[in-house]
Amino acid sequence: MSKLVLTAVGPATSVQDGGRYGAQRYGLTPSGAVDRLALAAGNCLVGNPPFAAAIEIGPFSTSFAVREGTVRVALTGAVRDAEVSGRSVPFNESCTLVGGDSLTLGAARDGMFSYLAIEGGVKGEPMFGSLAVNARAGLGSPFPRPFQAGDVLDVDTARAGIEHGIELPIQADGPIRIVMGPQDDEFGEATELFLGSEWKISAASDRMGYRLEGPTIKHLHGHNIVSDGTVNGSIQIPGSGQPIVLMPDRGTTGGYPKIATVITSDLGRFAQIPVGRSFRFKAVTIAEAQTVARSMADLLRTLPDRVFEIRNANINDALQNANIGGTAVNAFDSGTWQTWPPLEQ
Amino acid sequence: MATPPPPPPRLLPSGDAAVTVEFGRVIDELANRRVLALDRALADTPIDGVTETVPTYRSLLVHYDPVRIDVEELAERLSMLARLPVPPTSSARRWRIPVAYGGENGIDLEDIANTLNMTPDDVVARHVAGDYRVAMLGFTPGWSYLSGLDRSLHIPRLRSPRLLTPSGAVSIGGLQAGIQCLAGPSGWRLLGRTAVRTYQLHRNPVFLLEPGDAITFYAIDGKQFVEQDRAAERGEIVAQLVAP
Repeated sequence: MSKLVLTAVGPATSVQDGGRYGAQRYGLTPSGAVDRLALAAGNCLVGNPPFAAAIEIGPFSTSFAVREGTVRVALTGAVRDAEVSGRSVPFNESCTLVGGDSLTLGAARDGMFSYLAIEGGVKGEPMFGSLAVNARAGLGSPFPRPFQAGDVLDVDTARAGIEHGIELPIQADGPIRIVMGPQDDEFGEATELFLGSEWKISAASDRMGYRLEGPTIKHLHGHNIVSDGTVNGSIQIPGSGQPIVLMPDRGTTGGYPKIATVITSDLGRFAQIPVGRSFRFKAVTIAEAQTVARSMADLLRTLPDRVFEIRNANINDALQNANIGGTAVNAFDSGTWQTWPPLEQ
Repeated sequence: MATPPPPPPRLLPSGDAAVTVEFGRVIDELANRRVLALDRALADTPIDGVTETVPTYRSLLVHYDPVRIDVEELAERLSMLARLPVPPTSSARRWRIPVAYGGENGIDLEDIANTLNMTPDDVVARHVAGDYRVAMLGFTPGWSYLSGLDRSLHIPRLRSPRLLTPSGAVSIGGLQAGIQCLAGPSGWRLLGRTAVRTYQLHRNPVFLLEPGDAITFYAIDGKQFVEQDRAAERGEIVAQLVAP
């Protein structure tokens, strides 16, 4: 066993996995990672099943330290500055941290949530088949709450071996695709305004819902409906006329009309839109959305084919690549030692 | 003379991985019975690709895997199941739930009585006399929405919801009665409190009530509540299962 410590934690950083499905009929929301593709890519890089539990890191700075042993991790999702002892750590690659190492992450630069996948996953006791944190329901393991500074995770000691990278397709930067309904008939002409306008994510957003800022969307018959079921991506219009897009910690039912639903394949891309950035919605048919969902399922299934070995993972090669003098040294191999500039000169 | 068959439900898209089967737009006993009947039919005759269902007052939300089933095929099969006759409700489980009414356990009882022009005892008597059904669970784990509230107890929700109401709150709001499990926000009016945990981890069953269960309440005093609350904390169910 090795130990990974969260030495500094921003808000909204928690253990998340593929989610907890099957008990929405009892009011238990699924939770789970907001960006499933990023979670799966991270897990793939460290040899875990795609939806194994990882650390979902909120938009602000967070730091980790390895207290004992060695730990293999991979960072995916929203890109941010990441370094270990002054050395920059790339996203979408695995890397091995040793006892005493600190991994320091800045704020998300282009997105909201990053993932730290850990070889061997997060150790905990699954509830309803998931370790995902749902603080309201007292669920989540090893902590049924977001992380706090000082939390310690027992993790597998990294197996020896080279590091891996993953080649992810460049995500389309187009509008967020939605299927209209189930209550778009509550809005009449306001539907055109909704579809024709630019929207921004409000800072008052969280894993329950992202609040949007833009024109006021007026209801035809008031904003109360008899509560019915919600899904990830339901776009509710409350009395204020400012939409709320429901996220994985949503209530399972809700009493505001829902004008449209973000398609499943765009949920991760939507979740990563930074606060304040403008975007648009685009209505598609269910058939189109299902076609995209099948492509996304294919991509998730074939992620392991996109993983490659990183040739310069070994420190000798790394130095060789970085060293314009052309000769690398290995601290553990005295045969390669040299001084610079060479003494004979 | 045979009664005409009820109109078919509306199938409303909820994205590419769920469809809302809507039997009505208002709270109505028959619509809820049809919701629960379709839910039961889906449990008895599963459709490959359907992953879970969420019954509510007036609609059934059917979650599906868009990779495994086309929406057209799903819609057709759901429409067929929705045409099946609605079974009688007499076979439902029936629970008796103890409630400590008023005082610190039900801080709105006096206000409710004043608003409705009754005494607090009248309000309690009418609430206890009701024959309720779990129409749905939702919002947070174990939050049980009940149909069957006496018309004379219909009262608007609070203008602005309270940010924190206690676990076990027994409340009314609009035409609805409720049993809340976890402490949390609510705009409903608090009549009393029950020690019954509708959701409790590490207890078997974790979720006590099912949509469709029949419920009656009985009054207990504050001291009994405290004793029952201790028993419930240890994992006792506290509610009485009287039928079937």
